[in-house]
Amino acid sequence: MLFTITYEGQNTQELGFLLHKNPERPQQFELNHGRAYVFYPEVSDTRTTAALLLDIDPIDLARGKVGSSEGGLFDYVNDRPYASTSFMSTAIVRVFGTAMSGRCDKRQELADTPLKLTATLSALKDYGDEKLAFELFEPLGYEVKTERRTLDERFPEWGKSPYIDLTVSGTVRLSELLNHIYVLIPVFDKQKHYFIQEDEIRKLLSHGEGWLASHPYKEKIAQRYFAAKRSYARRAIDKLLEDEGEAAVPEQEQETEKREFTPLNTIRMEAVKNAVLASGAASVIDLGCGECRLTSLLLNEPQIKKVTACDVSTRELEKAALRLKLERMEPFRKNKLTLMQASLTYKDDRFSGYDCACVVEVIEHIEPARLPAFERSVFEFAKPQTVILTTPNREYNANYEHMQENALRHGDHRFEWTRAEFRAWCENVCERFGYSVDISGIGDSDEAHGTPTQMGVFTRNG
Amino acid sequence: MDKYKIEIPEFCLVALVGATSSGKTTFAHKYFKPTEVLSSDFFRGMVSDDENDQNFSAEAFDLLYYAANKRLDNMRLTVIDATNIQKSAREKIVQTARAQNVHAAAIVLNLPEELLQQRNKERPDRDLPERVIRQHCIEVRKSIRNLKREGFRFIYIINSMEQLENCEIVRTKLWNNKRDEHGPFDIIGDIHGCCGELEALLDRLGYVKADGIYSHPDGRKAAFLGDFCDRGERNADVLRIVMDMVKSGNAIAVPGNHDVKLLKYLNGKTVNTTHGLDRTIAELEAQTPEFREEVRAFIDGLISHYVLDDGKLVIAHAGIKQEYIGRGSSAVREFCLYGERTGEFDEYGLPVRLDWASDYRGRATVVYGHIAGLEVKPQNGTFCIDTGCVFGGKLTAMRWPEKEFVSVDAERQYYEPVKPLDESKNLDIGDMLTVGDFNRKLHIETKLMPAVDVHENNAAAALEIMSRFAADPHWLIYLPPTMSPCETSKLEDYLEHPLQAFEYYRSHGIKKVVCEKKHMGSRAVVIICKDSETAAKRFGVNDGTRGIIYTRTGRRFFDDSKTEAALLDRLDAVLTSTNFWTDFKTDWVCLDTELMPWSEKAQGLIRSQYAPTGYAGEDGLSAAVAALEKAAQLKSTAFEVSEITSGQNVDLNALLEKYTSRLDGMKRYRNAYREYCWTVNSIDDFRIAPFHILASEGTVYGDRTHEWHMENIRKHITGRDPVFMETPYITVDTDAEQSIQAGVDWWLSLTAGGGEGMVVKPETYISKQGMKLLQPAVKCRGREYLRIIYGAEYLEPDHLKRLKKRSLNRKRTLALKEFSLGMESLSRFVKNEPLYRVHECAFGVLAFESEPVDPRL
Repeated sequence: MLFTITYEGQNTQELGFLLHKNPERPQQFELNHGRAYVFYPEVSDTRTTAALLLDIDPIDLARGKVGSSEGGLFDYVNDRPYASTSFMSTAIVRVFGTAMSGRCDKRQELADTPLKLTATLSALKDYGDEKLAFELFEPLGYEVKTERRTLDERFPEWGKSPYIDLTVSGTVRLSELLNHIYVLIPVFDKQKHYFIQEDEIRKLLSHGEGWLASHPYKEKIAQRYFAAKRSYARRAIDKLLEDEGEAAVPEQEQETEKREFTPLNTIRMEAVKNAVLASGAASVIDLGCGECRLTSLLLNEPQIKKVTACDVSTRELEKAALRLKLERMEPFRKNKLTLMQASLTYKDDRFSGYDCACVVEVIEHIEPARLPAFERSVFEFAKPQTVILTTPNREYNANYEHMQENALRHGDHRFEWTRAEFRAWCENVCERFGYSVDISGIGDSDEAHGTPTQMGVFTRNG
Repeated sequence: MDKYKIEIPEFCLVALVGATSSGKTTFAHKYFKPTEVLSSDFFRGMVSDDENDQNFSAEAFDLLYYAANKRLDNMRLTVIDATNIQKSAREKIVQTARAQNVHAAAIVLNLPEELLQQRNKERPDRDLPERVIRQHCIEVRKSIRNLKREGFRFIYIINSMEQLENCEIVRTKLWNNKRDEHGPFDIIGDIHGCCGELEALLDRLGYVKADGIYSHPDGRKAAFLGDFCDRGERNADVLRIVMDMVKSGNAIAVPGNHDVKLLKYLNGKTVNTTHGLDRTIAELEAQTPEFREEVRAFIDGLISHYVLDDGKLVIAHAGIKQEYIGRGSSAVREFCLYGERTGEFDEYGLPVRLDWASDYRGRATVVYGHIAGLEVKPQNGTFCIDTGCVFGGKLTAMRWPEKEFVSVDAERQYYEPVKPLDESKNLDIGDMLTVGDFNRKLHIETKLMPAVDVHENNAAAALEIMSRFAADPHWLIYLPPTMSPCETSKLEDYLEHPLQAFEYYRSHGIKKVVCEKKHMGSRAVVIICKDSETAAKRFGVNDGTRGIIYTRTGRRFFDDSKTEAALLDRLDAVLTSTNFWTDFKTDWVCLDTELMPWSEKAQGLIRSQYAPTGYAGEDGLSAAVAALEKAAQLKSTAFEVSEITSGQNVDLNALLEKYTSRLDGMKRYRNAYREYCWTVNSIDDFRIAPFHILASEGTVYGDRTHEWHMENIRKHITGRDPVFMETPYITVDTDAEQSIQAGVDWWLSLTAGGGEGMVVKPETYISKQGMKLLQPAVKCRGREYLRIIYGAEYLEPDHLKRLKKRSLNRKRTLALKEFSLGMESLSRFVKNEPLYRVHECAFGVLAFESEPVDPRL
């Protein structure tokens, strides 16, 4: 909420001219979401500091006046009014817009001269990424200092805070400094108070003119600046590379990049699909379909005449319908498909009558105490000829460098089984419900830990 | 002239048969309700805009039969107004009636052709050729002969205009309809010739034998479930008693499969004299032919099932599916006699039966026999009371409406059972829930509110939460309701203040209220059984646990089952030491509690939201105050200040003051949340404060006063083990100035240091003003505490002003619905209602929690 600029040198009061704000006169500015104040905590020949103080209204934020047409985006208890966020960037443009453009009719020469400037920002959220501030500002020639304290001194066990107080100093033109700060604040804090629109690409490029294209972390900057909108980040990066005279990343390379990004899921879906086809099934029920990756593969197989995709989350189903383009799917494929909400811990007559049920990466999301209900629902009541079930192999987690010991792969996983645990569970199910199982692995195999995913193909006896 | 009487059952499918222009429509509207009559012309018009366009007949009849089936599903008499002169048309009617298990009736309008020709000429809209009408008349006459063979049970022919105009339709009661008989009944299971036991049972039930006939001095009636004979030793005697009681009006009876087999024999058909029939035959052969004829006629006249006591009770020998109740057809009769068989045989050579009772969802109690078990088998509101007397078990009667069981042990085993009798299992609680009961709009009847409706989309949300997060539904016999705050305070510096809470209850006629300290923890429901056997028996939870601690959304409180088990063991130690189990005559109890520290459950929230906001707030505001202080020292010249215009001067000192106050608020906010956080190193660091004893075996304590709850909690739970702590409370007289002031003072002292505040409750748990259910509690939160909810700076005058505009209506409506559901689920559970009936209520509460409501309330 506080941004300061200090000018050290001679006649530093002239900072007032450069900022177009009289050091003698504290001022306030009305903004969409609150107010900004400009005042000077220090004024002397050798050192002058200007401060921009942002006063965001927490009630308006919570009640939805800002940022959204319906309801508030934010809680009353919220760091937005206090942290340095995209609100600050917006305020900088509003209050120091002319200075950012580098125009100063009264002192144009000074505006064009690199000066010894220091900027500070309080409570900048970097999510604990110690290197970030240095990566972003050092390549631009600044000396960078950060300060980070304990989140709550009363509870040291809660660890460090996700915020830093940032100080950057260097010899730069004031307009450069302001543009750097303007672009880089939202790179720290990924949450934006506005909806990201195409217009933002233009803004990024214009404020980044002359420095962003040569920044070694330009891709990271673009990606974080656009947060969720990957496509915008891609376009901005392409544009920057063009400026730099580099060739855009060739198509092929992008392909590889994508493949490397989600290999396991694709391999898993292929494996399950092949197992379904091998079972000879003509009708399949996908229990816990998620976004319907498996279902969409199966729909294209002539062998499969009927696919029912279920998920317990109606939101997932809505997303799946969009992903499958259900609204405009051709009748031939649409007639094969049913999407429905269903729960695996309740008995459900609608599960009966399929040749094959697929339960792909689902059981690890079920509370262990509810597994018996799941087992009965699938193996006792629905009892299809074939059940194909996959789940993570916990042993393989040792190969994931970023994972902490004993951690699970997903926040919603209630458990992950070792190969022995999975086998024991499968055999118990077979014993109780009259099935035989064939267990195999999916993904790269590792001698010590097996494959990342384990699959059981259950066949009903007799 | 006498009326021409047309007698049809009150519920049946009626076909009008008659040529075009014979006046069917006029007839139908004269004798039936307009909604009862489905006319093909009408449906033709509906699909094509032209009632006479024969091109659309197929579609019109599709729609007509769709409507007819919907009516018949709902047991409504239905009349099909079409010519129905073709055999194929009538076949469709008979098929529909059969599928719906109702009788088909035909009323034929067989009027002279000349009359019809005449009428046709007079109708300008329909100009049919003469030959069509002639042809129709011929068809009608031909039809008449075939109606009976085609399957119409009731047939009436109207041959003249005179007759037509002089009709009277009499709707007769269905044979199985004895809704106006209210008993009380003593329903008696399969006797199989065990006459000694029958006599002993009748005796025990209070029946007295006079002039050879049993009757009850209080006018009770016996209701026999069939299978009077075979296997036992005194079959003829049993038949004598039953027949005499039925004939004299002291009993009703439905037939069993053994009785029907005997009937076949008596009718001269060849039967296999297995399963003990040989003994009956031998006895009957020794009787007079008159007796045999009496038995034959008696069994022949029995009705497959009865609907009794305003539809609340149904009796049938082998049970009855919900959709068969009150209907009559050979399919219904077969079901009532034999149950639903798959055609397969088990390893003992006995037919495999489908478990109809597990799918039974009717509201009527079905009492049946047929399958001998060791004990009475209750399941989803059905009771199998055949306890295998003839196999050496006992003969059981169920008293209605008391729902008590009275048994007489068999004198000995008369017959070796082919397979061992069914073990007794409490299927009501062991059953798995069926999704079809929940993934739709729910209409839940509760005692506190007439009915609570849950919309489909909310049910979908609840299904997701239940499936992903909730504990085993067998444990979820209660979910606590949401609680509304008191009305927004009228005092300037407060958002919430006790005066409004007291006023709410005073203005609703409640003089005495109880104020309980609100512990800032997490709501936790604790269910504890004396041992894991009780958990298995009473809750159907077989994983060896003896209880559970779960959150207000039905989620297990502790991921670590050891912590839960340890806490429950400590609670048990306390309950045992205070004689709770004996004092309350129970082996389980459900408690409503607050579990601390808050940080235990809210860890994520605190670390991701509360603490960071406090950090950023103090960091940012301190920086701002420091900068403003410097600037203010520097500036001595006064400026003209305008607050409004952009780019205008601002008063630094005023700004400094404002930011200093904000910083102070932020520091207080940090202290407020810190109050409720502490680090748990061992079980001793937990605190559980019970405030309601919700229910134990046989009782829900909703009708007790809160003081009763508090006293009993103190007497039996708190003050022994430091983990279980007391909830301080006071009472306030809402009419007495002084008492009110004492209440306010108490609240101030609770909240000065950041305490959460208090909950104000009416004297009695469930309170009403007239018919209107009152909020079971309103909360009144502390001034400092509310910073955690509304932000560190909410007391800044310009913030508070806006925050005071808040609406509680929605929250309060939800609180009442959820409260009614919570009490209902407990009361259903203590009454041993089936799992799905209990789950429905908990499910409803979760569904309401998916409603968007301001989370700060």
